[in-house]
Amino acid sequence: MHTESPSHSLDLVDQARRRASDPLPSAFQGVDIPRHGDIINCMHCGLCLPHCPTYTLTGEEKHSPRGRIRLIKTIAEGGLEITPGFVESMHFCLLCRACETACPAGVKYGELAEAARAQIEISGVLRSRKRSILRALLLRGLLTRPRLLRVVARLLWINQWTFQALARRTGLMRLMPRRLRELDALAPRIPGRFTRAMVPETVRPEGKPRCRVGLLQGCLADVVYPELNHDAMQVLRHHGCEVVMPRGQTCCGSLLGHNGELEAARRQARRLIEVFERAEVDWLVITTAGCGSFIREYGHLLSGDPDWAERARALAQRVRDISEILVELGPRVPTVPIHRRLTYHEACHLRHGQGIAEPPRQLLALIPGLEIVELPESSWCCGSAGIYNITNTDDAEQLLERKMKNIVSTGADLIATGNPGCMGQIQHGCRSRGLALDVVHPITLLRESYGLPGPPSGLLGRPRRPLFAQGHGGLGAT
Amino acid sequence: MPVTDAVKSELRRIVSDRGFRDEPEDLITHAYDGTPLLEHRPEAIVIPQSTEQVAAIVRLANDADFKIVPRGAGSGLSGGSVPVDNSVVVLLSPRREILEIDEANLTALVEPGVVTGTLADAVAARDLFYPPDPGSISICTLGGNVAEDSGGLRGLKYGVTHNYVMGLEVVTPTGEVLTTGGKAFKNVAGYRLHDVLVGSEGTLGIFTKILLRLLPRPQASQGVVAHFACLEEAATAVAGIIAAKITPAMMEFLDQTTIRCVEDFAKIGLPRDIGALLLMESDGHPAVVAEEAAQMEAICRRAGALHVAQAADPAEGERMKTARRSAFAALARLKPTTILEDATVPRSALPEMVARVEEVARRHGILLGTFGHAGDGNLHPTLCTDERDHEEIHRVETAFAEIFDIAIELGGTITGEHGVGLSKKPFLEKLVGPPGIRMMQDLKQVMDPRAVLNPGKIIEPRPRREGRLPNTQAEAEAMARSMMERP
Repeated sequence: MHTESPSHSLDLVDQARRRASDPLPSAFQGVDIPRHGDIINCMHCGLCLPHCPTYTLTGEEKHSPRGRIRLIKTIAEGGLEITPGFVESMHFCLLCRACETACPAGVKYGELAEAARAQIEISGVLRSRKRSILRALLLRGLLTRPRLLRVVARLLWINQWTFQALARRTGLMRLMPRRLRELDALAPRIPGRFTRAMVPETVRPEGKPRCRVGLLQGCLADVVYPELNHDAMQVLRHHGCEVVMPRGQTCCGSLLGHNGELEAARRQARRLIEVFERAEVDWLVITTAGCGSFIREYGHLLSGDPDWAERARALAQRVRDISEILVELGPRVPTVPIHRRLTYHEACHLRHGQGIAEPPRQLLALIPGLEIVELPESSWCCGSAGIYNITNTDDAEQLLERKMKNIVSTGADLIATGNPGCMGQIQHGCRSRGLALDVVHPITLLRESYGLPGPPSGLLGRPRRPLFAQGHGGLGAT
Repeated sequence: MPVTDAVKSELRRIVSDRGFRDEPEDLITHAYDGTPLLEHRPEAIVIPQSTEQVAAIVRLANDADFKIVPRGAGSGLSGGSVPVDNSVVVLLSPRREILEIDEANLTALVEPGVVTGTLADAVAARDLFYPPDPGSISICTLGGNVAEDSGGLRGLKYGVTHNYVMGLEVVTPTGEVLTTGGKAFKNVAGYRLHDVLVGSEGTLGIFTKILLRLLPRPQASQGVVAHFACLEEAATAVAGIIAAKITPAMMEFLDQTTIRCVEDFAKIGLPRDIGALLLMESDGHPAVVAEEAAQMEAICRRAGALHVAQAADPAEGERMKTARRSAFAALARLKPTTILEDATVPRSALPEMVARVEEVARRHGILLGTFGHAGDGNLHPTLCTDERDHEEIHRVETAFAEIFDIAIELGGTITGEHGVGLSKKPFLEKLVGPPGIRMMQDLKQVMDPRAVLNPGKIIEPRPRREGRLPNTQAEAEAMARSMMERP
């Protein structure tokens, strides 16, 4: 006798129920467990799929947000171990969180993915001596020690002006291994001075003080784009803010948190909370979208710590992106024209991480002379994604190629974006393609269009002349 | 019989290594579609590169006795692409080429993995129009649309997928390649096989090429939005519009629960305190569009609308539509598990249907969000629940059984556009009766004698006769010999 099994439908429902009611032991452990309520909030409709850059690259469901959440769910319910395949899927993710913007159900994918990456570290499936040393040195060692970071950056700067310049000029670089050449191409150009050599700890406002804002110094941004801190300080001061950049700031922990080091990220968060509590600021203003997005989620990060949860939430509520606070304060009208054709790239952690779309555009639209062209797929990740362009160079290059094609299609000669990571990646994209385009943070354009003095440069520390604006520094200042 | 290693290596031989997946991460991520609660891991996933490969896979399934579940984007809502026991998923979403857009004959020839929205955009660029627009238009594939006979927001004026399928290239359940229909607009040669295949939910054939009918693109369109204090007034407006002999391109309604969730997600400024929202669109000649939009506006006002406005520009109309398409998933903001059905009634019965669905939800104490296609009577009562609450899930199931009964009683159907699949199979017999089920089973058995294509979907497979069919040539010969030898 041979008969078909009677009913698939009810079988499947029953199986699903049995799994949910009687979960097997899960491979997840510790405090950073992906929350089951968040997991099942995904109703697997699939509306995230076309918004996911990695799914678009491979077309594989396991590389989509829906697929990754299902893998997390299966592990949580004991149906899968933390396998190499799972690790590959989670580390291929950019954490761009475009899926969160697309998700009508409001699934917190970013939190789930960060917890999953923390679980991968706990499980030790990736553990190797080389990886452990690298992570201890670079992630936990260097990023958390701003002074050391500045020393290393200074060494890199010396290297860039000596050996590297020589190697490039003589063609010696071509003899280097491919990986080293890739990293060299990605390496940002280190400036001659860092934030502390540019700005004082506190600046008085122009006119009557309206509020006291704290400015995040940043870790990598401090040694790669210190002028952003200078420019933000100038523009905030121009809007009547007393600006303080308290000493003792460290990395906010975002790069740690995104890479599975949530415990180390919490240590950073506590230090930063203390620093800004002491500074007694009304707002914590941030020029780097990645940091802003992460600090806004301090409440979640420290939710399991009764001593810190409330303080974390309180600081998170004070966070404002530089574009956001200027719009809230009511931006003054800039007067120095910038005659350029500009397009605006939306940093993932501004658009998707913090839901900020309009403020930067509103500010840029105020600048006289600026011709703004909307960038196709402006919120599609450029591939920078924290350290993704270093860990997944080939995938990041594919995303960069898509971004650069879109940029070129606009005919713009100036690209504005609100995150240093994206600035570096797009600058690398321009350099490697021989495109003479400028990449700039909106705050720099604003500072120039307000006619405010540029950051000190050169040996004498004279204010840098405007790079984009037509007049010279001080013309439009009131 | 499980899919053995020998079968897997044969599958690998057909589709090559890069077209074959059987890692646990792949099996887990092809165990579901958009349907709540259903999950079942396949034994493997294959990605065929050609029609011949699809046919070879199907023949192998017939020989080696495993099942095949075709899959597009996995956005279905009735479990059509949820794998069954002992099955291999044939993944068609990578076959996504638009092969031809024929502007002389107004047809498009596509591969099954083309995303519906991609085709709509591609033909719109040539001033042509592909009307079917399921809520998941940005992800769902045309192969899936044909298999499920998907509908959408434009059903009232433009019909659904089957109105646009002119021809198909199909791999039959026995592994032959069949071409049916064609570009000839009139074609009555024999049974209209492609009409049987459209909506067959992957049980009668795998579509490898699809020939679709296109329309000229409407020159203009105008959206109208109306706010009402209650659903009854909205229903009066809908009845008034139909009575005025207007056929809008879209006439969608949302109840208060749905409005709130959609607004939480889309933030397009919908008021949270109104009882019902109507989204309407007229399209066609600009003069007609202007007149119809004004008429719809006036009718809504007469029905007691709190606020009526015409969309300022097509972009605003599009934003409204996009917000409406998010309704189903947006309801998951309330509770994690949203179970959406698509009971459909003759449109004159819609107000009664809405009222009775609300009564059912109230009686069972379940949170309900209702929205849907007011123009064509296609309702989406969505019950919001939590898969971990087994007692409530049970009440939800009882409530849906009652809702289907009401739909049938009012002369409607248990599914307007999502298909029967697994989730509505228990209710089909009530609708079509035992002879209907028998005829469907007969048809399935004739076309798919070894029950390899998506068995157990729509209808239960009929138990096979005693004994079994031979699996191999040698077995068949042995069987034949034994029959010959019998006295």
